[in-house]
Amino acid sequence: MKLFLKIWRQKSAQDNGSMKDYTLDGVEGDMSFLEMLDVLNEELISKGEEPVEFDHDCREGICGMCSLQINGEPHGPDRLVTTCQLHMRKFNDGDTIVIEPFRAKAFPVIKDLVVDRSAFDRIQQAGGYVSVNTSGNTIDANAIPIEKEKADDAFNAATCIGCGACVAACKNASAMLFTSAKVSQYALLPQGRVEATDRVLNMVKQMDLEGFGNCTNTGACEVECPKGISLENIARLNREYLAASIKG
Amino acid sequence: MGVLDSKVPSGPLAEKWTKHKNEINLVNPANKRLIDIIVVGTGLAGGAAAATLAELGYNVKTFCYQDSPRRAHSIAAQGGINAAKNYQGDGDSPYRLFYDTVKGGDYRSREANVYRLAEESVNIIDQCVAQGVPFAREYGGLLDNRSFGGVLVSRTFYAKGQTGQQLLLGAYSAMNRQINRGKITPYNRHEMMDLVLVDGKARGIIARNLVTGEIERHAAHAVVLATGGYGNVFFLSTNAMGSNVMAAWRAHRKGAFFANPCFTQIHPTCIPVSGDHQSKLTLMSESLRNDGRIWVPKRKEDAEAIRAGKLKPTQLGEEERDYYLERRYPAFGNLVPRDVASRAAKERCDAGYGVNKTGEAVYLDFAAAIQRYGKEKALTSGLKNPDAATITKLGEEVIENKYGNLFQMYEKIVDENPYKTPMMIYPAVHYTMGGLWVDYNLMTTIPGCYSAGEANFSDHGANRLGASALMQGLADGYFVLPYTIGDYLSDDIRTGPISPDTDEFVKAEEEVKARLEKLMSGNGLHSVDHYHKKLGKIMWNKCGMARNEKDLKSAIKEISELRKDFWENVKIPGEINAKNQELEKAGRVADFLELGELFAKDALTRNESCGGHFREEYQTEEGEALRDDKNFTFVSAWEYKGEPKDAVLHKEELKYENIELKTRSYK
Repeated sequence: MKLFLKIWRQKSAQDNGSMKDYTLDGVEGDMSFLEMLDVLNEELISKGEEPVEFDHDCREGICGMCSLQINGEPHGPDRLVTTCQLHMRKFNDGDTIVIEPFRAKAFPVIKDLVVDRSAFDRIQQAGGYVSVNTSGNTIDANAIPIEKEKADDAFNAATCIGCGACVAACKNASAMLFTSAKVSQYALLPQGRVEATDRVLNMVKQMDLEGFGNCTNTGACEVECPKGISLENIARLNREYLAASIKG
Repeated sequence: MGVLDSKVPSGPLAEKWTKHKNEINLVNPANKRLIDIIVVGTGLAGGAAAATLAELGYNVKTFCYQDSPRRAHSIAAQGGINAAKNYQGDGDSPYRLFYDTVKGGDYRSREANVYRLAEESVNIIDQCVAQGVPFAREYGGLLDNRSFGGVLVSRTFYAKGQTGQQLLLGAYSAMNRQINRGKITPYNRHEMMDLVLVDGKARGIIARNLVTGEIERHAAHAVVLATGGYGNVFFLSTNAMGSNVMAAWRAHRKGAFFANPCFTQIHPTCIPVSGDHQSKLTLMSESLRNDGRIWVPKRKEDAEAIRAGKLKPTQLGEEERDYYLERRYPAFGNLVPRDVASRAAKERCDAGYGVNKTGEAVYLDFAAAIQRYGKEKALTSGLKNPDAATITKLGEEVIENKYGNLFQMYEKIVDENPYKTPMMIYPAVHYTMGGLWVDYNLMTTIPGCYSAGEANFSDHGANRLGASALMQGLADGYFVLPYTIGDYLSDDIRTGPISPDTDEFVKAEEEVKARLEKLMSGNGLHSVDHYHKKLGKIMWNKCGMARNEKDLKSAIKEISELRKDFWENVKIPGEINAKNQELEKAGRVADFLELGELFAKDALTRNESCGGHFREEYQTEEGEALRDDKNFTFVSAWEYKGEPKDAVLHKEELKYENIELKTRSYK
């Protein structure tokens, strides 16, 4: 395959970036999208140019480090995959592919396609935990039976990888899907109920402080989420938030 | 004993840990506030240790090269975590877990450490459930278990195929609680470049801010290295792209002994290599061997026809298939330990029975399980006389519920539907049992420098059993290190803050800067990946699943030449004082080029086969590993003396007081 790539290049957070054109030949369908970029970078290095920087680590769709807005979609055209699991067989010879960083005020660009998602960490720090000590002096695990359906729902919410695709997909750059996934995981479990009120208030407050937009129920986040995190979590967050505000 | 003192407490095995905890020195809560600890790496071991240390009252700084602690590669662990809970009532106990682990490790691990691990395993599950980790449950609301390789009980707790993710997010949440309290200061996108010693004690690190390129000095009373394994020395492995040995290797160069570097786990069930562009390999969880059956065609002609695309695996009948693990190991069947399963796959493929284009793949087949589950489900759903299509549909649903994300991952990568046609799998580098030598307290040979999780060597001997890495990471991090480190720090309560401005720190910083400048000043002939791939090929071909004296000797020579070439000719574009991914990679590959040589040297020295270390010269008539207990029941701990070829071997004799050394048999 021969591809025409339009890639966002930006030297640092302070610089203005711009799109640059590249042509890449010899791309195979078995390559992942990031392996395609590896090949491009090897070419750039051999020409003495700076390679394109992008975030990536596990390359098996679980660490949440890879990102990229590909032809306008976070993680590209395939569904339920991260960019590292997107394979070039989804593209055709002669295609033009536009590659940009995730765009959001709360995710400033660091370099090229690398963005700063530390806002997500700070939302978690505001309350994404159960306040138990890690000393091991707790009750036997089976002393807390949990209905299988609820445990499964909590698990499904907990599979969020924190990649930020939901924010990049949203016209408002809202982080509601991300925040609601963590709120839901704990709201569904008895261990999490104890601090439910403070958790939802604090996490939403931090989310707003970080400059994420509001949710207008468009649902683009759910469509683009590589882990299929459900919009139901946002509904649950709204219920939790309302209840907590009244209780306040 | 020499210079190595394992500090294993005296007394009966089952009482050692309790006795030790009762006898070691403690630091009182008010004094803990005066003590700083650096934790490098935020996976299960580092994240858990940081959280617990902060909770105990110490001031903690964490470092990780990723953009968030949540991204550490523990997150990719799929199948599960072992614990001797005996919830299934199948006769499990800490002793049995201990025994299985020592046997699985082919009798090359330290008894007392392994027993402690088995003892603490039960606490991990309680702890994680209390934290809200959503483990899989049965309909009655209690926790579910599955089986893993090398054992005869069901003791593996899991969260679908994302157990590592859920456990890591649990540790990350515990960290977040402490970050919120101001007890942990996280330094993300930072890489440890060197360890700083003051008066022979580890007192800090030099780190590089990966965003700005700035070199920073960080001082503390103790340093914990929980930086994972070094599987990426093979270039292709199931490790994350950034996984590296730099922190451990820098400590090694400063005096920490490196133990058993050649003990590497080649995992039997990974997605086969598809081409030269490949950047990493993807694991298919060992849990799949609960239900999947491994086979190759019985006749070579059939294998050839399959490779040529003229025959489909589903066209071969039962009698035309060779379920070679079930044939060779009837007692454990498809659930033999990883080293055994990997070698058996290699044996069949080398003999010409491989089933993909390159002949380096075997089948992992779920057809039988789909039928079995389908019939069971039809029965429990009250369906009488269900037709074949219904049974298959129901069976596929059960399999999807158990392994859905793994099947999806396979389909995305290989572009084949594993519900309809068997998966193709082949062994790949996965985990390194070797690592920094530590004593019973998890302290390296440098006072004040600790190592936890995969980065140390202690618990898995020459082969790690499935679902034991998560167990060890969390046991070290939550329950062992936070207590044993107090014994050392109790001497430091009056030391006061450690200054990062002493000569030792200044000198270490200068050395780091000089090294980076040297890397940037190469002749610019080849990229970092060019060297990394070359190193990987040498390692895989000569230090991989089967090793021999001739190959190992040539590997040593080739790696040392490659290292010289690298330092002269590596090409790194970009700037030194800015974000520069090529420079990051170069620093890591530079250390792999030293470690690789020591790895080969270690394998050459160990004239026996044990666990994942298979020397072709030492095998039984049936091709099984042949240990030499008389001469090799020891840990090889290497002391740095300049070039890897000059490294000096120290031996820690392993004493088995509670388990009789036997030939491992899974037949």
